[in-house]
Amino acid sequence: MSRSEPRSPVLTVTGLTVSTVDTELVRDVSLRVDRGERVGLIGESGSGKSLTASAVLGLLPEGVRATGSVRLAGVDHDLLGASERALAALRGRRMTLVFQEPMTALNPAMRVVDQVAEVMLVHRTRPDRRSARAAAVELLDRVRLPDPADTARAYPHQLSGGQRQRVVLAIALANDPDLLICDEPTTALDVTVQARMLELIRAATARSTGLLFITHDLAVVASLCDRVLVMYGGRLVESGPVHQVFTAPRHPYTRGLLAASDLTATDERGRLRTIPGSVPGAGQFPAGCVFRTRCDRADQACGQLPDWRGTPEHGHACWHPTHPGGGAP
Amino acid sequence: MSGVEDIPSGPVPGAGTRAGRRGANASLLVGGALVAAVVLLALVSFLWTPHDPTLVDAPNRLRGPSAAHWLGTDRFGRDVASQVMVGARTTLFVGVVAVGVAALVGTPLGVLAAMSSRRLGELVMRGNDLVLAFPALLLAIMFGAVFGADTLTAMLAIGIATAPSFARLARGGAVEVLGTEYVLAARVAGRRRLAIAVRHVLPNIAGLVIVQTSVSFGIAVLAEAALSFLGLGTRPPTPSWGRMLQESQELLTVSPRLALVPGLAIALAVLGFNLLGDGLRDRLDPRLEARG
Repeated sequence: MSRSEPRSPVLTVTGLTVSTVDTELVRDVSLRVDRGERVGLIGESGSGKSLTASAVLGLLPEGVRATGSVRLAGVDHDLLGASERALAALRGRRMTLVFQEPMTALNPAMRVVDQVAEVMLVHRTRPDRRSARAAAVELLDRVRLPDPADTARAYPHQLSGGQRQRVVLAIALANDPDLLICDEPTTALDVTVQARMLELIRAATARSTGLLFITHDLAVVASLCDRVLVMYGGRLVESGPVHQVFTAPRHPYTRGLLAASDLTATDERGRLRTIPGSVPGAGQFPAGCVFRTRCDRADQACGQLPDWRGTPEHGHACWHPTHPGGGAP
Repeated sequence: MSGVEDIPSGPVPGAGTRAGRRGANASLLVGGALVAAVVLLALVSFLWTPHDPTLVDAPNRLRGPSAAHWLGTDRFGRDVASQVMVGARTTLFVGVVAVGVAALVGTPLGVLAAMSSRRLGELVMRGNDLVLAFPALLLAIMFGAVFGADTLTAMLAIGIATAPSFARLARGGAVEVLGTEYVLAARVAGRRRLAIAVRHVLPNIAGLVIVQTSVSFGIAVLAEAALSFLGLGTRPPTPSWGRMLQESQELLTVSPRLALVPGLAIALAVLGFNLLGDGLRDRLDPRLEARG
């Protein structure tokens, strides 16, 4: 984490709001990913993490609109509102996504080698099928698949979940993207396979690729990421360097997440700690601070939307932040 | 990086081998053999038949099987075996034309409906329903009236009338495939629509279409028989299994053999195409390959 060269942003998202006709799903999210930086995006299911990623890639489902600004380094137009053709030229080339579910992310009717080669042929980063196939086998070797030449000829169903996920990663890395977004890429894998996968992602993003890593596993963020963004109810509630956010959370939601992740801590009845209540459905979040219905520090002030305090890179949005260092209420 | 180096390298099970595919071979083999037999009969009939299938030989009518007439003769004394051989041509012609038209028109329409905007998709599918609701027989009669009744026009009509079932099937399959993550992954990879249709959707609905093709083949053969019966299909004197069957019905009590032979031929051909379709599906669909 002690890279000395000056950092330049790969991805800059400003004021991103994602909404359907009548519901705001993600509101006013601003974030930045630098070259070679690994940024974690955490939050419970339904907090808008995946939608944010979809909006960045221009993959929002029909009927869902995004406003704000999404800029990718070296692209002189805003990604929001760009044509499908312009986006297709960037996806898979400059920015790419690794999915959560390796079982369904590969075409069952295509050999692995062709699926890896395809992304290079689409963007013409290899001149012909032969060289693309050769490069594909090299990539499979790079993601540490056993017997890459044999594996390349296999169909997806012949591979295990971990192997498939490595193929998916190979596809993502094929064109050496500037931005790699991983949407819970290790959730479906067992723990030992997960560790290997994270190691590969770490190696892949060591140089100039920026990583946006979506997960609800705080331990993964702690071991992989430089910086973390916490989302709740479609809003960013806290951000900062992983070490600082995890040791001295300011937002009560972050504190709740950390407490819930601590499997050694129990409450007075000997049960694991949780955040009281559950995530409201889309469009049912309260006005003002979105977390106030589940927050033990909430009062009248929380009916107003809290301003962001600090810098975009390190700050929080809460009227009653917990004090750095002292977590207990 | 050091932690990555020591990943155990187990072999990839089944990669590059064809072991899992053997289960499909029984139906593929039997179906293939039956279809090959029909094709062979048709091909040989171009070069040689035991007798002229249209030659009327009144003194020898309604004879049982003999050395001269392997399957006997019909009520005009025509050689049944020769008629079966030449009739195989008609059967293949019928299948290729009707099913070919149906699959080539219906499948792309279904995929188009699945991939286009909601409004255009609806338009295509409602138009599809319209054709589906239109009786094939009526279409065949209209075609016959306009273009003259023969096997080709009848089968074009049957093909057009069958196309909607392909469109429907293809749309259903395509919608399912389009909802999968690998199609999303293809979009993430920067693939455009047409490429997704050709590379991802079509191969993954091929199994469905092949099975539908084999079923439709049987239907087309039967439809040809029905149309020939009504005088809208194959015209005499061109032999066809459907017409042989129809001609035999007045003599069912006198000579059941005349119904049995073409009936059996039709049944075996339809069975053959069905088994072939099944076997092909098992072979073409890699998802089914590893099981069993």
